[in-house]
Amino acid sequence: MSQTATASKASTVEALRKRAYNIRRHALRMGEVQGQGYVGQALGIADVLAVSYFHALKIDPKNPEWEERDRFLLSIGHYAIALYAALIEAGVISEDEIEDYGSDDSILPMSGMAAYTPGMEITGGSLGHGLGIGVGMALGLKRKQSTSRIFNLLSDGELNEGSTWEAVASAAHWKLDNLIAIVDVNDQQADDKSSMVLNYEPIADKWTAFGWETYRVDGNDLEAVLEAFDNALASNSDKPRVIICDTLMGRGVPFLEKRDKNHFIRVDENEWSVALKELDDVYGIQSGEK
Amino acid sequence: MSAKKKLKTSAMIASIAGEDQPTTSAPFGHALVEAAGKNDKIVGMTADLGKYTDLHIFAKAYPDRYYQMGMAEQLLMMAGAGMAREGFIPFVTTYSVFASRRAYDFICLAIAEENLNVKIVGGLPGLTTGYGPSHQATEDVAIFRGMPNLTIVDPCDAVDIEQSVQAMVDFNGPVYLRLLRGKVPRVLDRFEGYKFEIGKAKQLIDGKDALIISSGLMTMRAIEASDELKEKGKEVGVLHCATIKPLDTQTILEEVRRHPDRPVFVAENHSVVGGLGESVASLLMKEGVAVKFYQIGLPDEFLDAGALPTLHDRYGISTKEVVKTIEQHVAVNVN
Repeated sequence: MSQTATASKASTVEALRKRAYNIRRHALRMGEVQGQGYVGQALGIADVLAVSYFHALKIDPKNPEWEERDRFLLSIGHYAIALYAALIEAGVISEDEIEDYGSDDSILPMSGMAAYTPGMEITGGSLGHGLGIGVGMALGLKRKQSTSRIFNLLSDGELNEGSTWEAVASAAHWKLDNLIAIVDVNDQQADDKSSMVLNYEPIADKWTAFGWETYRVDGNDLEAVLEAFDNALASNSDKPRVIICDTLMGRGVPFLEKRDKNHFIRVDENEWSVALKELDDVYGIQSGEK
Repeated sequence: MSAKKKLKTSAMIASIAGEDQPTTSAPFGHALVEAAGKNDKIVGMTADLGKYTDLHIFAKAYPDRYYQMGMAEQLLMMAGAGMAREGFIPFVTTYSVFASRRAYDFICLAIAEENLNVKIVGGLPGLTTGYGPSHQATEDVAIFRGMPNLTIVDPCDAVDIEQSVQAMVDFNGPVYLRLLRGKVPRVLDRFEGYKFEIGKAKQLIDGKDALIISSGLMTMRAIEASDELKEKGKEVGVLHCATIKPLDTQTILEEVRRHPDRPVFVAENHSVVGGLGESVASLLMKEGVAVKFYQIGLPDEFLDAGALPTLHDRYGISTKEVVKTIEQHVAVNVN
């Protein structure tokens, strides 16, 4: 890599790092409104969302239904808080909506639904739907000879659902090179660690065996995530792509990283300011600075 | 003395056509081809049952618009939702049992909750196969009636199917069609000016002695029963209710109130639980319409395997049995 390219990559990473910080901050502020929620997942997936929304995806924040956009499908409806944070950061949703998060008549319900929120492509939450919908949309895009792509963020828990594997097989069968799956492997489900609930390791081998071009990275290493996305999108393969991202729930807020059973965390009222402070410390940022 | 030869279970899909009855072959497939010629947004998708839902006719005419999704009904519904999101009008086909029992959540959340324009076509509705409960969708309407946004269509014959395909294309939103396939009888031809319309019940025969409100193939049985009873001096009306949801409450109430002394029979190729019969019963109760009310439908049981004519007799939905049921409740003229 030339010096210029190295410098350019460093500045890209630095810009994405700031986006990831802001996504985490928006998510914590939404969590504070409800006093609880899927904040751990949002903190864990923030780096992947930063790369998705501020590097990989072709979108128009002022026109979320732009026909030529890339479609980002959130099948894990409970990660809505994370996607809202990214959509706020991208300017699709106003930051003012944060204070109504999860409240009556809010456009930001606790579980993501297409009818409520600009930029929320599908109604998620009944797990195991997103990738199959993505298969249909990817087929539809090809019919239209569109160059848009489908991204589907799913979770390791979602791999428990048989319907996910129907879609995995189908995407390979139809050679859907316009479909990119992102699997958040945080090894945590509602009842226990994913590996204890229903072990799907070796995850990457399974996707590869089904015929996907497979990448596996530390989902909290921005540079690694960036490289995986770049490689996946630059590839000339006719296979669908999967980027498996190992993430740490609560990432960026040390006391939440250590909290046990953090699928749906409760944070005491006085802890939210501590969480925001810890996040600032981790990033070496003065409070509120963007 | 030789034992009476037993009727055999026919192939998976037994024809419901009577001897010498005029039929049309694969009306759904041909109607879809015709509609697709006028609308390039139409695509066909199936879960390894193209041949058995008459979609093979479409596949042959439009191979590049045909999607074989494999024996994966959950995927079929999700992918149909995805196609509809991209502006297409997918007709997705499988058997009614698989659509209703196996793929429910995917129809509910991926399609109906977002009111997507997916047309779900289910073969073997009710008791139209002798293969037993694995293939007999005796409770599909009961399962689907509770799903918001979903329109449920139960056509009587080939005429209804031909017209309903275009009506489904013109209608924006998810529809579940209870498909009759193969050699499908033509019976509605004789009613001049008959037109299938989503959401409309149609009076086919007027009659002061009894009213049959029916859907699907039971409208054919109702017409035959009415004809037979006419010979015996009974005038039995037939109101064909090809859309089960939303129910044409206005027409039903008008028809029932027109002759408040007539007993009302609701005839359906479905369990007596949760189908057209209970829809009509709850309508009449809510509106304070007190009439003698009887259901002609399948019992709340897992049904037997066997030959279809035997089973239709056994469970009371053959013409002969419909006539018998009506005669039990309508005083017979003694000439």
